[in-house]
Order: sequence, then C-alpha cells, then structure tokens
Amino acid sequence: MVGVVLVSHSGPLADELVRLARQIGGADVPLAGAGGTDDGGLGTSPDLVSRAIEEVDRGDGVVLIPDLGSSVLTARLMEGPGVVIADVPFVEGTIAAVVSAGSGASLEDVVAAAEEARTFRKL
Amino acid sequence: MAGPDDRARDTGGTGNADGMSDTNGAGGAHEANAANGTTRAGTTRGLNGAGGTTGTGGLDAALFAAWAEEIAAAVRADRDRLTALDSAIGDADHGANLDRGFTAVAEALAGGRPDTPGALLSLVGNTLIRKVGGASGPLYGMAFREAGKALGDAPAVSLADLDEALAAGLAGIRKLGSATEGDKTMVDALAPALRALTQAVQEGQDPAEAVGAAAEAALAGAQATIPMQARKGRASYLGPRSVGHEDPGAASTALIVRALHAAVSRTAGAPGETSRRAPEGPA
Repeated sequence: MVGVVLVSHSGPLADELVRLARQIGGADVPLAGAGGTDDGGLGTSPDLVSRAIEEVDRGDGVVLIPDLGSSVLTARLMEGPGVVIADVPFVEGTIAAVVSAGSGASLEDVVAAAEEARTFRKL
Repeated sequence: MAGPDDRARDTGGTGNADGMSDTNGAGGAHEANAANGTTRAGTTRGLNGAGGTTGTGGLDAALFAAWAEEIAAAVRADRDRLTALDSAIGDADHGANLDRGFTAVAEALAGGRPDTPGALLSLVGNTLIRKVGGASGPLYGMAFREAGKALGDAPAVSLADLDEALAAGLAGIRKLGSATEGDKTMVDALAPALRALTQAVQEGQDPAEAVGAAAEAALAGAQATIPMQARKGRASYLGPRSVGHEDPGAASTALIVRALHAAVSRTAGAPGETSRRAPEGPA
C-alpha cells in the first residue's frame, strides 16, 4: 500500500489532519504527520520528514503532501525513487490521496487522485 | 567603495551566472596543492596562494571555516535587523532561524573541522538544512551543499574554483525555489554578486579585491529588491504591498557574501580590509 506523509509548517496541524484523514479515508493506510521543527516550533524538520517516510514506506511508494513555505522546500529535498510530492491543496489533497491509497491504488494513481482535488469545486 | 560598486552594477547584463561549466577545469587546480591539505585551525595559511588567482589552489579549509565563523557572527549581530525586515513582509523569523542555523554550524565546526573546502561547505549545508527550520534552511543548505560538491575533495581551491562552486550553489537555490532574478528573493543578491566575482576572476584581481566586488554587488542587489513586488514566498501573498521593503533573504545573502569578504581579507591580511563590517550599507 502507498504511504502518505503530511509535511506541515505546524506539528499540530499535520497531526490533526492525520486524525481527520484516518477517520474519513481509512485506518489502514500508512499515514504520518511531519510538522514543525525538532523542538516543536513552527517550521520544518528534515529529520522528522525522513523518519515519517521510513515509517510509512511499505515498498509501494510514498506520497509527500506539503502545506506551504519551508514544507515544500524540505519535501523537495526528500524526493527520490518511490518518493514523490503531490502539489495539491493540503486538506482536500490529503483526503483524496488517503482514500485512493486505501483502495490499493498505485503510487501514480494516488498522486493523480490527489491532484484532482485541485480542480474539484465545492459549489 | 564606489569603484567596485560601479563595476558590479556594470556587469548586470552579462547573464552568465548560472552557466558556469565553461570556467577552467577544476580538476587540475584541485591536484596542484595537495601539500596544503594538512593545514590546521588557527593557522594563517588560508591564502597562501594569494598572488595567483587562477590555476593555483590557495583557498583552504581554514579560510572556509573562517567564512562560516564570520557568517555566524554577522548573523548574530544583524539578527534583529533581519527579523525586522522579515516582520514587514514575512513571518518575522528569518533572523532567529539563521542565527539558530549558523550557531549550529559554528558548534559543528568546533567539534571537528573537515580537512577540505568541499567537505566543510557540505557540513555547513547539511547543518543548515537540518537546523534552520524555515525556508532559508533548505535554500541556503542546498547552496552550500552544491558548492561543496562542486569543490570535490581538493585540499585547497582557486578563486575560479570558488566562483564556479558558488554558481553551482546559486543553481541549487534556483532549482529548489524556482526563483529567477526580479522575484524579490535571495537570488537578487546572489546572482549579481557572482557576476561581479566572475568578472573579477577574469580580470585577474586578487581574492580580497574580487570578493569585495562581489560583496558590493550583493549589497546593491539586496537594496534593489526594495521597489520590487514579491513573486515567491509568503511576501508574494501581499502583492503590491510587498513593494517598498528590502527582501530579508536578499539582505542575509548580502551579509553572507560580506562575511566571505571579511574572511578572505582577514586571512590575506590585506591593508585597509581588516573590519568585518566592511563593506557597510544602510540597514
């Protein structure tokens, strides 16, 4: 199953989105938050992100979903074989990715599902 | 200071800052000074090849360690100014973030200084990436890491090698941040600085003079961000309201290049270039 890592400027924001996505998207998807700095401040920690990637990697690939600013730049440093960034709205893209991953979709399909969230209209 | 400043501005149209692969082969220069590899902290041998600016590797790990220390001191001294700039159009953490990052760099170097310029800059880059926290961490971290990679494992490098390595660093920043000149970012200070440095290298200037020209150009570049409208980062959300403020990233880049000038001047012992505050500009 494809893993998903939520990279945020804020630890509590990432953790809360993990909770929401588990509830809506399914409890089985390997999902981890990596928000804030090592000491719990606002910002991004490459160490936390790489630890989260290891935690959710089941061998089928990992999608990184950053929110903004340093999260995006830190996520870009982590890109590599099997680790891709989805350039999507943080909340909506996460839900779409987790639902898709939970259905057993491939890495490519999970990213595509997340990207659909960018054009999905609410009204 | 008017001279180097004018010259730096005049190089504005060359547009060669990110295509540096045409500079002289680094490999030969790297091998030329293997005997310098045993230099230890505290020596004054950083510019033992100061007479020749190309082809001979005169800039050793001690010089690059001095640069990192100069940056750490300058960031500490200007921490509040950087944060004030960042509070105008950013999230008011640039000074604190950089201070945390370069303090960690200074600690890492105190714990054991790498023997080569390449390894030293890589250590600086990796430390910044891990410790800064804000967007400047990955950006500056990538720049130092790429510069370190470009210098390979030579025990000492030439000014031309340094120029080439810093161009690799700028390319790293551009790739990661997708920024170009005019976006109101650190690129607006670093790109003109490297154009000035490249020109100075081509003119055969000595290291202190050449890096002085780069520092002047970086400062002018940072000040030129004031009328710009931001197209990257948090400031871009402000649209036209980002106009009228100096970009904090460009300001810190100017400070970093100024620190290189201070380190080179100090190591070279050049007359009249003893202050780490020079070249000074308005806050």
